[in-house]
Amino acid sequence: MIRTAAAATTTMKGTPQRERIIEAGHHDSEYLPDLWRYRELFYFLAWRDILVRYKQTAIGVAWALIKALVTLLVLTVIFGKVAQLPSGGVPYPLLVFAAMLPWQFFAGALSDCSNSLVANGELIAKIYFPRLIVPGSAMIVSLVDFAISCGVLALLLAWYGFAPDWRILTLPLFTLLAAALTFGAGLWFAALTVQYRDFRFVVGFIVQLGLYISPVGFSSSVIPQEWRLLYSLNPLVGVMDGFRWAVLRGMPDLYLPGLALSTAVTLTLLASGFWYFRRTERRFADVI
Amino acid sequence: MSDVVLSAEDLGKQYFLRHRAGGYDTLREKLGEGLRRLTSGVRAAPGGDAATLEEFWALRHVSLQVKQGDVLGVIGRNGAGKSTLLKLISRITEPTEGRLRIRGRAASLLEVGTGFHPELTGRENIYLNGAILGMPKSEIRAKFDQIVAFSEVARFLDTPVKRYSSGMYVRLAFAVAAHLEPDILIVDEVLAVGDAAFQKKCLDRMAEVARLGRTILFVSHNLGLVRSLCRRGVLLENGGLVCDGTAEETVARYLESLEEAAATDLLEHTQRRGSGRVRLARLEIIGVDGFATQQLQAGGPVRFVLHATERLPALSCSFTIYDSFGQAVTSFDSALHSAADSTDESGAPRFVCELDELFLAPGRYRINAALSCDDEMLDHIEGAAVLEIRQGIAGARPVVAAPGYGSVFMPHRWTRPC
Repeated sequence: MIRTAAAATTTMKGTPQRERIIEAGHHDSEYLPDLWRYRELFYFLAWRDILVRYKQTAIGVAWALIKALVTLLVLTVIFGKVAQLPSGGVPYPLLVFAAMLPWQFFAGALSDCSNSLVANGELIAKIYFPRLIVPGSAMIVSLVDFAISCGVLALLLAWYGFAPDWRILTLPLFTLLAAALTFGAGLWFAALTVQYRDFRFVVGFIVQLGLYISPVGFSSSVIPQEWRLLYSLNPLVGVMDGFRWAVLRGMPDLYLPGLALSTAVTLTLLASGFWYFRRTERRFADVI
Repeated sequence: MSDVVLSAEDLGKQYFLRHRAGGYDTLREKLGEGLRRLTSGVRAAPGGDAATLEEFWALRHVSLQVKQGDVLGVIGRNGAGKSTLLKLISRITEPTEGRLRIRGRAASLLEVGTGFHPELTGRENIYLNGAILGMPKSEIRAKFDQIVAFSEVARFLDTPVKRYSSGMYVRLAFAVAAHLEPDILIVDEVLAVGDAAFQKKCLDRMAEVARLGRTILFVSHNLGLVRSLCRRGVLLENGGLVCDGTAEETVARYLESLEEAAATDLLEHTQRRGSGRVRLARLEIIGVDGFATQQLQAGGPVRFVLHATERLPALSCSFTIYDSFGQAVTSFDSALHSAADSTDESGAPRFVCELDELFLAPGRYRINAALSCDDEMLDHIEGAAVLEIRQGIAGARPVVAAPGYGSVFMPHRWTRPC
């Protein structure tokens, strides 16, 4: 659609000026450079969302903490105390929190991403920018929440006197995996929500269900061995196992086929999400 | 050729219209439809979703060249494709066919305050809005003081804009937009908002931008502004370019086409009820200059001329003016006689309703008109005409837009304390 011929004339100010050619059905090689060109808008939208998030809630950061701690308490009591599930020698709250970290990031970012295009409908209808910026900047807010949660984890680890070993260094890799998964799913849902407004209910349902079908409240080692590979089709399994392995010293070794499968599912989701988003993006302004 | 900054070649944009109440697709419907197809094994019934999808060209076969420094007025009726053209130029949506070459940065002076966030402070919104309008951060920072000075809200810079008065809000938003320096500036009806002083500020700024040799595309229904600001004009009609010339020529052509439209439209109108024995053929609104128009000056004289298809002995005509909220404002009925009325000796089946001064506040109005005979409703048309009232003088006093404060102006006199 948009090609840029680097040649052309100069403006009155003397800066070089490019000619854009906009036409239908042309493969868009300018998309990625455009993303780069609009990076400031990306920063600003992310900055806006962060400011608004922490201004609107009177208790600000405290809110995220309270929510996390209450969930932690509930999950620990239900799975650790009532159901008496094994924790592999780790304090049960730590086991839960290590998986809640990616879970809360996933749930929050997925909801925000899915809603982001509709929430910014006014902008999309009135100005041009690569639309990928919108779900992208929505993710950033959740990353800030995630960073805060990481601080809480550090406190919890200190409270239990539980020092992580070298494996904590792999945490960024698993965070990246979590982000890729969330972004992939978020792209799908964001684009679908523009097209089908009732899709947000599906997102809500997935977020609710996900908490139970993913190993948040329990270790995935309680899953019978013959089902584990199948279970890993849920990409959150790989992410959460990874988080636990990285944070909690003494966790059993990673179940590598499962991790590989989860990663493959994640990458497929990311690639297809990107593809679907790009394919429908040009119609956003028309339907929003 | 090198000074052509914008050129459209056979540009077209197609939309698909869905005739449906809700407006948006819902997954529920899609799934339900798919399920029906699966279970019944047949395609969707006629009248189903597929049948109501209508193709519609908002713009087609438009070719246009704009040179560096042109101030181009784009005019046309609602739905003629003006906004679509601007959307294509600003890259919000992409063409279905044809191509567009743009040299340099195009930016629109948006509806004031697009992208403002009420929770953020004035300072924060300046940066945010600047970024949205396409200004690099360095540029915003460099112009920050200028913007603040222009906006006159320096004292409230660290107050969330939700606490601003609407005047302050508009001033701040415009201040940011006014410091935008794109190569091609797109202005779409933004001048319709704000008070007179603000509008003047907008106009001055536009004139200044034009003097700097930048290219401006100006879309407006205000033909007076188009005539005074633009050197060149293009007229769009039903998605096609029908006139490309000087602003004067184009405006004249547009007025002509409006007159024609007013002359032909009513009989083809489908939104009507009544027996149809006699029908309304045409409703003309004639303004101060004696031409049929859809735009009138508040306080100016006006003649409403309603043509019927034939004469009947007890034929009477009435019409009601509605405001943009759908509230009836006032109504006229030829069956209620006055000593000042007269009869048309020409024998034409026509009613003329004359007002010396039109006491309507600026805004958009819609007219429903009807013909009746004794108690029989012959013809009733909804939306027989649309009327746009501009600011003006009524009862020797300026009448300005005050949305929410009524739409009728009463001539009056004050005695003020000395």
